[in-house]
Amino acid sequence: MRIIKLKKNNLFPFLEILSEKADLWAPVKKGDKHAFQKISDFSQIEMNTTRTILPPRKIFLPPSFSMFNTSEKGYTEDFSHASKKILFGIHPCDIHGLLILDDFHKQAFHDPYYLKARENTLIIGLSCWPDENCFAKSTNTHIVEEGFDLFLTNLEDFFLVWIGSSQGDDLIRLRPELFDENLADRDIQKYIRWQAERDKAYTWDLNFTAMPDLMELKYRDPLWEKLGDACLACGSCSSVCPTCNCYNIMDKQFLGGKDGNLVRHWDSCTLEEYSEVAGGENFREKRSARLKLWYTHKLQAYISKYGKPSCVGCGRCIVTCPVGINVRTVGKALLGEEEDAFWARLHREVTK
Amino acid sequence: MNREDNIITQANPFIPEPARIVRTYHLTDDVKFFQVRIVDMEKALSFQYRAGQFAMISILGAGEAPFSISSTPSRPGLLEFCIRKVGSVTEAIFRLKENDLVGIRGPYGNGFPVDQMKDKDILIVVGGLGAAPLRSVLLYSLDNRDQFRRVIVLHGAKRPAEMIFREEFLSLKQREDLECHLAVDADDTGQWTENVGVVTTLFPLVKKLDPANTFALVCGPPVMYKFVLKELIKLNIPKDQILMTLERRMKCGVGKCGHCAIDYIYTCLDGPVFTYWDVIHMRELI
Repeated sequence: MRIIKLKKNNLFPFLEILSEKADLWAPVKKGDKHAFQKISDFSQIEMNTTRTILPPRKIFLPPSFSMFNTSEKGYTEDFSHASKKILFGIHPCDIHGLLILDDFHKQAFHDPYYLKARENTLIIGLSCWPDENCFAKSTNTHIVEEGFDLFLTNLEDFFLVWIGSSQGDDLIRLRPELFDENLADRDIQKYIRWQAERDKAYTWDLNFTAMPDLMELKYRDPLWEKLGDACLACGSCSSVCPTCNCYNIMDKQFLGGKDGNLVRHWDSCTLEEYSEVAGGENFREKRSARLKLWYTHKLQAYISKYGKPSCVGCGRCIVTCPVGINVRTVGKALLGEEEDAFWARLHREVTK
Repeated sequence: MNREDNIITQANPFIPEPARIVRTYHLTDDVKFFQVRIVDMEKALSFQYRAGQFAMISILGAGEAPFSISSTPSRPGLLEFCIRKVGSVTEAIFRLKENDLVGIRGPYGNGFPVDQMKDKDILIVVGGLGAAPLRSVLLYSLDNRDQFRRVIVLHGAKRPAEMIFREEFLSLKQREDLECHLAVDADDTGQWTENVGVVTTLFPLVKKLDPANTFALVCGPPVMYKFVLKELIKLNIPKDQILMTLERRMKCGVGKCGHCAIDYIYTCLDGPVFTYWDVIHMRELI
């Protein structure tokens, strides 16, 4: 891979020329958190963020979007959500999230709504520094080798720029004078030191290799009932997870009843109606059964099928779940390393 | 990243194909028969499917739902469905008349492994609306009668008026190359000339089987499986030659929306036909 340098001061001039080519999306401040947003003012861009509230999936598959416009004549495809975009500031774990979604949307039938948006979006990744909820090192998603057009490693006074695609190279060529082809030895040393320090900054880890077996062995463990009692079935974990992709479809008719559209919107397997069929039979009436499905997907199914978990260690479920059910607490519980404080609080505040 | 990998190489799988209702009539009070034909003649004839597969039927404004195909792939051109009125989509379908249009996508799912079933005995156990997918494989085996050995049908319904395709099955009884036994739980007409009792009471009527070379195909209401499976195991039919077709919520049919997920499989891609071994192996199936 070709690697070059970009001076700190040259970043905004570079982003400026990019924003003339397509809509630029980047993390901005939202309350005390961060969110990906379309950028009009570069000063809004936040360089040192942890996770955004929602993963970048929302740019490719928005919470709700039209798949078809419908009329008496039939269906016309609607790809308005897949306009040309440049996504800046996406972290390695989230790039891995997209790689997992890529695999998923290409298996068996192609999903053109995801793939078209992916094709129309250039990815400029950015390195990050873990906080106490990050565990991307456990999922081996703290580094990326593919899935981006450019990747910037933030080394204080300059960025190391990894060129990951031919389109990425084209972007560089828009303003080649902003970049420096020559990497000095001390630049390389700086990067190696940065990487070692960054790797040390992860404060905890989880043994994902053990998870598929544990999901199988503890399928009937009372743990699931306890978690099910505490779960609010709110679906927040699915909204914030970079690899959740379940959806539902709504047939929307405009006033007059002739025209309308088919709207695809996010769904979650933790919601009660998720597995209910016409006639009222519900294959997963219990919250514990639905939670089990969610964790089967994250900790077992993908490992069996693709050799890696469908968890990328971003920590969003940890900061989001109102009752503290997340990959950390569930994973630790499966390992038998129950975190007493979690269970004590769960017992005290939720299940009484 | 190799961007070529992301280029879409297939047509949009979510677009329904307009199809016309050719015939429709009531099979029972709440089940209707629909014979439809895809409007585009070429597409109608090239709609290749396997017995046991399903299609998504959509009505603008009401939505889309999955239905087993009840016709046989050995008679191409027309697709048949039997549909029970249970929800908003089926209510809208029930309001349609002959010549009205619906949308169709498919075929989806794995279907029955008819190639493996060749030169074997076929035992079909039908309960209630289970006739919808099993009629397809039954008609297929009768259209290709020399490819299979014995073909046996055990069909149960609650009452004579609720037996799906009752007349069709009564006339099939006349065939000498088919062993067909029908039963109703209770005869409220006084005119039922076949057996009375649940479907499992038909098992003693089946002449001695060669279990190692028998495929059993089962579809019916959830309550039926437990009892029928017990009989089939008693007959020593291997667990991976007992096939069932299962119901799940499916919104997309193409393995994307997630609703039909069981463990790490999708019913719409890897099912809806599963073996009894799958059921034991995978939990949650029935």
